Amino acid sequence: MRTIAYRDALREAIREEMRRDERVYILGEDIAGYGGTYSVTKGLFEEFGAKRVKDTPLAEEVIAGAAIGSAIGGLRPIAELMTANFSLLASDQIINSLAKFHYMFGGQSKLPVVIRMPGGGGAQRGAQHSQMLETMYAHIPGLKVVMPATPYDAKGMLKSAIRDDDPVLFIEHELLYSVKGEVPDEGEEYTVPLNRGIVRREGTDVTIVTFSRMVHLSLQAAEELAKEGIQAEVIDLRSVRPIDLDLVLDSLRKTNRVVVAEEGWKYYGTGQGLAALIYEYGFDYLDAPIGHVAGKDVPMPYSKPLEQAALPTRDDIIAAVKAIVPAPAGAGAGA
Amino acid sequence: MAVREATLAGLSREQLLNMHYQMVLLRRFEEKAAEEYTLGKIGGFLHLYIGQEANGVGMFSALHPDDYVLSAYREHGYAILKGIDPHAVMAELFGKATGSSKGKGGSMHMYSNEHHLIGGQAIVGAQLVMGAGVGLAIQYQGEHRIALVLFGDGAVDEGAFHEALNLASIWKLPVVFVCENNQYSMGMAVTKAWAVSSLEPRAAAYNIPYRKVDGMDALAMREAMREAREHAVNGNGPFLIESLTYRFRGHSMADPAYYRTREEEQMWKATRDPIALFEEKLKAAGIMRDEDIQATNEKVDALVEDCVRFADDSPFPDPDSLYTEVTLDGAGAIAWRNKPSTPRE
Ligand SMILES: Cc1ncc(C[n+]2csc(CCOP(=O)(O)OP(=O)(O)O)c2C)c(N)n1
Ligand SMILES: [Mg+2]
Repeated sequence: MRTIAYRDALREAIREEMRRDERVYILGEDIAGYGGTYSVTKGLFEEFGAKRVKDTPLAEEVIAGAAIGSAIGGLRPIAELMTANFSLLASDQIINSLAKFHYMFGGQSKLPVVIRMPGGGGAQRGAQHSQMLETMYAHIPGLKVVMPATPYDAKGMLKSAIRDDDPVLFIEHELLYSVKGEVPDEGEEYTVPLNRGIVRREGTDVTIVTFSRMVHLSLQAAEELAKEGIQAEVIDLRSVRPIDLDLVLDSLRKTNRVVVAEEGWKYYGTGQGLAALIYEYGFDYLDAPIGHVAGKDVPMPYSKPLEQAALPTRDDIIAAVKAIVPAPAGAGAGA
Repeated sequence: MAVREATLAGLSREQLLNMHYQMVLLRRFEEKAAEEYTLGKIGGFLHLYIGQEANGVGMFSALHPDDYVLSAYREHGYAILKGIDPHAVMAELFGKATGSSKGKGGSMHMYSNEHHLIGGQAIVGAQLVMGAGVGLAIQYQGEHRIALVLFGDGAVDEGAFHEALNLASIWKLPVVFVCENNQYSMGMAVTKAWAVSSLEPRAAAYNIPYRKVDGMDALAMREAMREAREHAVNGNGPFLIESLTYRFRGHSMADPAYYRTREEEQMWKATRDPIALFEEKLKAAGIMRDEDIQATNEKVDALVEDCVRFADDSPFPDPDSLYTEVTLDGAGAIAWRNKPSTPRE
């Protein structure tokens, strides 16, 4: 095991899969000469050359469209969209074509396309550069939408995504790229499935279900809560479509309480969809209403104090847990 | 020839000195902003216009106050030239309540109804399609003004460019499109991104008149803009200007610009600096003396210092403003729950 950054783990996955399979190539804005806006693709142009590391003009629709077309023609593209915000310009190709071909053409077409993009706020980039848009894509049948939180998963899931014959949207987070974590040594082959969540921390009093960057805040919250005698179990979904509901329900049977935590907007989002599934399939195990921590219901403001207020925090998670978990015996002032 | 009576391009000495003042102001304002950014007073993205000042100053000198301007995110200069108080621009960069967008927008989102500055767009190409719509409103209401749509060479690669130019042409909309071709979109050289070497054939494809202009020459930009505005405001449809220019700094403060050589940058800075070129020209024509330059520099320095002081002293937005202005009526996603006093129909 080594400790490497999330961005380096992604690069290793791409490099290994490109070495393994000639059909794999990457395309996107500023991925070759610039080395990628977040340095994920740095050095790949030098190793694989212009045929397999393709800088495109500033044109998201044709990035997605060309990825789809080249997959039709037998290739296995990895498209990089500079951020999720710009994926909206490619969203017609993603939603109307990429997600539909297999079904609409009666199972004849397969599109092994990976589209990578970072989402998220927290760097004061304002309303048009800070969005979490996984909900929009997770809504669409025909897509797989994954959001790894650790370098280990970033590498293992990207390798799985590249080998998967279905379209996969691979959503990263701008503030995760520098996060470090343990990853097996290079050459030690591993993959991580695209449809399985994972228990990051075991607990008995409440289950925090989360994904992407919020996994880290949830783990911090769990540490704080433990000091007060509340044992939180933290589930990292890793994929928001499909959702590993069994893992969530198994945990719920033990803890009987759930808090859903996400960075994106609350209403009609991934968290509410998940909560609805828990009510539908796990109602009998719930001892309290489901808690929900999410981004504030506003476009992202630029000003630092406003942005900080708009983003969900570790303390929001702690408060949401305390709202549904009875104070442990012996805890609290004077008890 | 006496200094006072000299003119150039039909402009009075006063007008010419003002153009010089504006270029120096844009330059110093952003040099200062860059300093404040490294001090952590400004966050997010900061895209500097340094090197491209002659474009804005030349073009805007030929605009009428009623003309609309739509732009991308490299727009601090446009905001100041269109008339927003530089204090409010600096305060916006600082994320303060006194900023032109009350701190909610930041560097990429300057806006003013009063000055018809329809804002910085952080999504490349967005302003092109909207610009066609602003042109439609002008035409529809029989107004005597134009929409000026500003964008970079990178925006040309988006479908929005082509959709906007075609629509503006077939509907004969009063829109002047200006591409400030600074030869890079982030790290992508325009020579790699474009299938053609200029926008001339693209203008021809949409049947739109076209001029190529030296974007380091404020007077040339002014002349081109005058011609384009005349054309558009008189019902002849859109016009496309392409200026050849260069950004002296990286794409944003975060960009070390490894994709181009220091020699190339040095060549532009040493021989094509728009302010130095303008000063040379005015001095050669006997319009400006070294004392004038010095006076301008001092005046600008004092103003920029004052802008920073103002921004520093201003308060951050009220925490409650997080939830205001999402919609005009203050509605959120849930219609009734938080408003028990609102009567149901
Ligand atoms: C739709 C979209 N795609 C990508 C980006 C990221 N991006 C921001 S600016 C930029 C380059 C734009 O270059 P150009 O239009 O030439 O303007 P310049 O920065 O040179 O002024 C890119 C790729 C974006 N903001 N919007
Ligand atoms: Mg450019």
